[in-house]
Amino acid sequence: MSLSDFFQQIINGLSLGAFYALIALGYTMVYGVLRFINFAHGDVFMIGAYCGYYITDRVQAVFGGKLMWASALVVLLFAMAVCAILGVVIERLAYRPLRNRPKLAVLITAIGVSLFLEYGGQFFFGAIPRAFPELIPDLPVGGLGTLVITTNQVLVFGVTVALLVALNYIVKHTKMGLAMRAVSQNATAAQLMGVNIDTVISFTFALGSALAGAAGILFAVSYPSINPLMGILPGIKAFVAAVLGGIGHLPGAAVGGIILGIVETFVGASDYSTYRDAIAFAVLILILLFKPAGIFGKATVEKV
Amino acid sequence: MLQIENLEVCYGAISALQGISLTVGQGEIVTLIGANGAGKSTTLRAISGILKPKAGRILYNGEEIGGLAPHKIVERGISHVPEGRMVFPGLTVLENLRMGAFRFNDTARFSKDLDYVYLIFPRLKERESQLAGTLSGGEQQMLAIGRALTGDPKFLMLDEPSLGIAPLLTKTIFAKITEINQRLGIPILLVEQNANLALAISQHGHVLETGRIILSDTSLALRSNPKVRSAYLGG
Repeated sequence: MSLSDFFQQIINGLSLGAFYALIALGYTMVYGVLRFINFAHGDVFMIGAYCGYYITDRVQAVFGGKLMWASALVVLLFAMAVCAILGVVIERLAYRPLRNRPKLAVLITAIGVSLFLEYGGQFFFGAIPRAFPELIPDLPVGGLGTLVITTNQVLVFGVTVALLVALNYIVKHTKMGLAMRAVSQNATAAQLMGVNIDTVISFTFALGSALAGAAGILFAVSYPSINPLMGILPGIKAFVAAVLGGIGHLPGAAVGGIILGIVETFVGASDYSTYRDAIAFAVLILILLFKPAGIFGKATVEKV
Repeated sequence: MLQIENLEVCYGAISALQGISLTVGQGEIVTLIGANGAGKSTTLRAISGILKPKAGRILYNGEEIGGLAPHKIVERGISHVPEGRMVFPGLTVLENLRMGAFRFNDTARFSKDLDYVYLIFPRLKERESQLAGTLSGGEQQMLAIGRALTGDPKFLMLDEPSLGIAPLLTKTIFAKITEINQRLGIPILLVEQNANLALAISQHGHVLETGRIILSDTSLALRSNPKVRSAYLGG
């Protein structure tokens, strides 16, 4: 592998890792406040992609086919808003009534919601894959030798970095972010401080789902064939990324996503490309053998 | 100020409180003493809304608050310092204190209340930017009480403030509790297994046994009551 190939794979890996990171953040945030894995999260990502599919032409028509970046931004924000609402509705209807029930009941419900979105998606959107419209003409914007960076990659990196910065600001510097962190550390104590726990949980679902919606658009831009089951594998891998980084740990989810994306891309480019998913999961198993709580996770004993 | 009438609370099928009644008046310190599992913490948890009463009434300034959500009860100025302190270990001392003032949006008010907390517990100012999880047990207790004070409480409940703390520090903390009660005029409902200390700073006491109040009197009278002496004051 030449040096420029190496950097090309790094760029591809970072872009794949960006999707995983954005989805993984939603898993890890919800785990933080509710201690449960929202298995329907990958399907919210799929809904994000379909939002883009149905709205892009209209938005571009409004802008008269000009200002492609602005219309891309509108599409992105629309998908994020729809997914945020969807996340809040899912929590409100499916998970909240089971709040004080055994965790297993909620977990099974999450799988049910996931199947509902997947096959509801097949019913409404059709099972056949759709071609995702072009948000921005995909042109090389720069390069070095044979190393090429395209418009879409700039879009993916730019949006991902912007979202991570915004998320970090919300979690670290706003009142709602402080409440989220407090609830994830001790929900009872947070209630005793006057935090309305339902509001914080809704907010967390909105935030996580909006990130998944953004990932859906960015993913569809990079791999422009979408179908109602497209959320399954990225969903599982993003879950792996969240566990890899230490579930409940926000920077951990982002780093876990990037690691997984890079490993997968390099294996994909090697002679063992057929095994790329297997090797990605083998990496997970290896890391967890030595760091059972994930890269950033602290080993904790569940209190009884 | 606070009035409880025939309060019953259950954990599933197990009855934890079987109809207790008590009142806490303006500016008073009232203490609940009793063995583990007698229902002391349960009483506080029912008042702060963490547990829902099965029967009976909880009146605060004449208004029924039993069964309200915890944040609705905090809005009324009732603050509960829970057993085991429950500080947020991954938040800094300052962030913990900010959480205490969660019900307000007023930063000027927060800095005033913060100054007051730092005046009472200067140690917290020194540790302001440290994570609460790295504090000693005594410091965490100060933080838990300080966190309740930044919420500008009108009524304070303290659950086992001496638990797991060195005896010397316990004295300091109890002196601070008295100071808060006297300087701010905040009524306090105190749960404490160190009955000697609790009866020394309170005006009234109630003895709980398996979910019932078996004895209520002035703290002075309880301290000389032979039954209380043998069971709770070590002879």
